[in-house]
Amino acid sequence: MSQAACTVEVSDLIKAFRVNGQPLRVLDGVNLRADRGTFVTLIGPSGCGKSTLLNIVAGLQHPDQGQILFDGVATGDRLGRVGLMPQRDLLLPWRTVLGNALLGPELHGEDPEAARRDALSLLPLFGLQGFADSYPAALSGGMRQRAALLRTFLCRQGVLLLDEPFGALDALSRSGLQEWLLRVWQQFGYTVLFITHDVEEALFLSDRVYVLTERPARVCLELDVPLSRPRERAITLLPEFALLKQQVLAALAGTCPDETGRPR
Amino acid sequence: MNSTTQQKRSADPRRLWSAYAPPAALLVLFILAWQCATWLWQIESYLLPSPADVLRAGVEARGLLSNHVQQTLRETLLGFGLALLVGVVLAVTIDLSAFLRKALYPLLVISQTVPIMTLAPLLVIWLGYTIWPKIIVVALMCFFPIVVTTVDGLSSADPEMLALLQSMGATRRQVFRIVRVPGAIPALFSGIRIAVTYSVVGAIIGEWVGASQGLGVFMLRAANSFRTDWVFVAIALCSLLSILLFTVVSVAERLALPWYYTSTRAERWEEIEGEA
Repeated sequence: MSQAACTVEVSDLIKAFRVNGQPLRVLDGVNLRADRGTFVTLIGPSGCGKSTLLNIVAGLQHPDQGQILFDGVATGDRLGRVGLMPQRDLLLPWRTVLGNALLGPELHGEDPEAARRDALSLLPLFGLQGFADSYPAALSGGMRQRAALLRTFLCRQGVLLLDEPFGALDALSRSGLQEWLLRVWQQFGYTVLFITHDVEEALFLSDRVYVLTERPARVCLELDVPLSRPRERAITLLPEFALLKQQVLAALAGTCPDETGRPR
Repeated sequence: MNSTTQQKRSADPRRLWSAYAPPAALLVLFILAWQCATWLWQIESYLLPSPADVLRAGVEARGLLSNHVQQTLRETLLGFGLALLVGVVLAVTIDLSAFLRKALYPLLVISQTVPIMTLAPLLVIWLGYTIWPKIIVVALMCFFPIVVTTVDGLSSADPEMLALLQSMGATRRQVFRIVRVPGAIPALFSGIRIAVTYSVVGAIIGEWVGASQGLGVFMLRAANSFRTDWVFVAIALCSLLSILLFTVVSVAERLALPWYYTSTRAERWEEIEGEA
């Protein structure tokens, strides 16, 4: 039933748009790699093209140059191959929590009864027990976000693309959801590409962090996070964590040496 | 859980009272003023009957009226059903094809500039003294708001939502069924609510041009014999029919769209008055 998690590679990705008739390069040779079952975060200034990158990996947009490889194989048609979760929860307002969660299985023609049982059994893990028949309008922001994540998880695609899923939430709900996301992710073992603006969130969650430059985006820092799992909130107070944070912040401030040697 | 509290809320007698009492009071006041005016100035009944006269006339003519009302209601419902069918089919067609949208939409707007009353005699010439001219007049008056609101509803789907479904591997057909159609239903109901208030008027116009039964016929005959009180009875019945149809549509809408009437986070906080 569940698609096995796979390794995702992005190779020399270039993408330009035409804005008011002027070509605008958004991605300028981005390379990155998320090994099977790892949690990889992209962090970069607003508007640097992170969402474009995820849309390309999801197959919604086509790169001008470069490739997306799943388990080492260049994959052209990626629609339906990944679970994408955009910034807004985009729950269908006329469907209940359960109906929204079952969207993936329904689109893929899975057995509705089995999918339903499956989804119901996951509601407690997603903190939605007792809300199966509630409409999205009746949920809090955090619950809506978890319902959207449940929908994404139930696509069973092995690769999750999460575009600032907690961006719109307050700091407290956010930190609770980060810990919760780690638990859920460890249970499912999916490969995750995660986008955020928040350095601490990036380091706390990830096995590896990529820092992107301003537009046109390139990778200016690739940083492995050697902190053991499962992780507690307290690790954010360790000196190692502070050192990693310093590196990312320095890269974001544009002080890291430019690998390609091109002028910035 | 929340949906049930929601339903309880809408059925709360205090809320119903606060919604319906003011217009009802105003209506009663108006009728009383009318009654007093006819009595004070001794207005002749064939010019302006008093509300009591109208009520008496209604009771007197009730045996006669039942067939007329049934006929008008039949024409209204059949015409409205036709409008709904044609309206939705046109809206979907316009939505599916950019070419048809460009070709049809302006023509539909122009079609509304033709006064429908002037078409009614033509319809009688073509279709005879059957029920069809009335059905078609009703349908002509009703289909336009249904088409316009439904087209808007279908095209107002959130582009990000469409992209999300596409990323999940949905086909165009699935996107249409899962996102666009359900998203257009509230707009469709807006169109239906506008249309249904026109529908009875359409049937009456159709009957004026040529019919042997119906409230429109009853109205004409009453006017020709100076039974002004009966004219008022017919007017009151028309408006009652419209109100009835409007209510049916509103109830159907509530039942069909429970999500639309789920307000955000159902708790309602109110200050407690009168305890100081």
